[in-house]
Amino acid sequence: MRWCEAPGAWIGLEVLQNYGCRMISGLWLTIELVLISFTLGLVIGLALALLRLNGPRPLAMLITGYMTFFRGTPLLGQLFLIYYGLGSFRLFWQDVGLWWLFREPYYCCLLAFTANTAAYQAEIFRGAFLALPRGQTEAAEALGLNRIATYWTVLLPQAMITALRPLGNELIVMIKASALASLVTLFDLMGATKLAFARSFDLNIYLVAALLYLGLVEIIRRIWDAMERRLTRHLVLH
Amino acid sequence: MKTLTLAVAAACIALAAPAVAQQKEWKEIRIGTEGAYPPFNNLNAKKELEGFEIDYGNMLCEKMKVKCTWVVQDWDGIIPALLSNKYDVIIAGMNATEERAKKVDFTAVYTKTPISMIGAKSITSTDVSPAALKGKAIGTQGSTIHANFLEKHYTGSTPRLYPTQEEANLDLLNGRVDYVVADKLALEDFIKGKGKDCCKFIADVPRDPAIHGPGVGMAVRKEDGALKALLNKAIEDSIKDGSHKKVADKWFPFPVL
Repeated sequence: MRWCEAPGAWIGLEVLQNYGCRMISGLWLTIELVLISFTLGLVIGLALALLRLNGPRPLAMLITGYMTFFRGTPLLGQLFLIYYGLGSFRLFWQDVGLWWLFREPYYCCLLAFTANTAAYQAEIFRGAFLALPRGQTEAAEALGLNRIATYWTVLLPQAMITALRPLGNELIVMIKASALASLVTLFDLMGATKLAFARSFDLNIYLVAALLYLGLVEIIRRIWDAMERRLTRHLVLH
Repeated sequence: MKTLTLAVAAACIALAAPAVAQQKEWKEIRIGTEGAYPPFNNLNAKKELEGFEIDYGNMLCEKMKVKCTWVVQDWDGIIPALLSNKYDVIIAGMNATEERAKKVDFTAVYTKTPISMIGAKSITSTDVSPAALKGKAIGTQGSTIHANFLEKHYTGSTPRLYPTQEEANLDLLNGRVDYVVADKLALEDFIKGKGKDCCKFIADVPRDPAIHGPGVGMAVRKEDGALKALLNKAIEDSIKDGSHKKVADKWFPFPVL
């Protein structure tokens, strides 16, 4: 018996024993999709927020448009637009050498998830920077700090305190939304669960999936608690 | 007060009793179907159900002198919804496999069609054996016998499972999968329509009785023996008196029984 079959055998749930290995690899795929898209989204989101706040007006308007579109439309719609919509221009993508990206459902998913979460994270960062008192920037200027140093050492650490919880919520939302990957043929946790259910008709497998998602979310909640304690260690909050 | 309660309770029982009896006589049948598997069952642009199974089902209802209503249900949940009493029978091109028969009862077989692989026009070989398709991406609808078939025999290929057959066909058109496997008839519409420029029939695949079952039947809950008997008789009659063939000829280019 392989190790991934053991939990099912141990609790005597046949479907989990038969599909335990697929569930585990599904869980990994879910984690992978969410971690990659969330991390990319973090970098892009921060850049977009800064450009929207400080960039030239046309660029700021463009970014506002992007954020409005991706925050205002359903993720499933975005995923299908990329997967079936953009995916139907194969000849064009082959000409520009990007077909490898649109051919694979994995990359399409990453693209849709990243584009979506980047828009949300940009909005979180924008709000966090706007919430800082103007005096912080003025004080940094008075000290002669340049733009980059002002953001990196003065504004960002304070903005992160405000942004941290909403970012955690966004990560949790992404974990749950990542189940959409199963609709474009990926065997993520949801895809593996559907497959197991289709063969066994045993609803317990959905319960197992729910517990795994819940476990992921609980882990994130704990990590976020620790990060908040670290970021706010100079404040007398607790 | 007590008398009143008793009277109400008695009235309820009196009213409920005929209702129960009526249900056992099956004056009304709710039929679950998918509505995304032409030409068997399909929701057209006007959101109306059409297809062989819709016509055939309605004809059987006339024969059985029952009132039928159709319920559209996604394929993934089509058996659970039957079991949770959202409708009474599934008529949705469902093959009567042993695996499904553990959960539901099947009526007599009313269609049996070949299972085929389609692929790009540029494919010259007609070899669709697992060895020949090693490393290829093969698409089909999830939760189907075809998905099980791929999982069992095509272990060297990449299976891609879609919520509906239409999406699998679309991805063949887009060039994401190399082959698509499904009931020949369900693929026929695509090959003649949207896919006529890109794709063609490559070959039929051999039936694996353990996976494919004896053919397509209607699924009922295990406790509804009376309904199963009623449907079986209607199916048998329709085959004997030629009305099955009449409906089938309207939708299919070759015999399906």
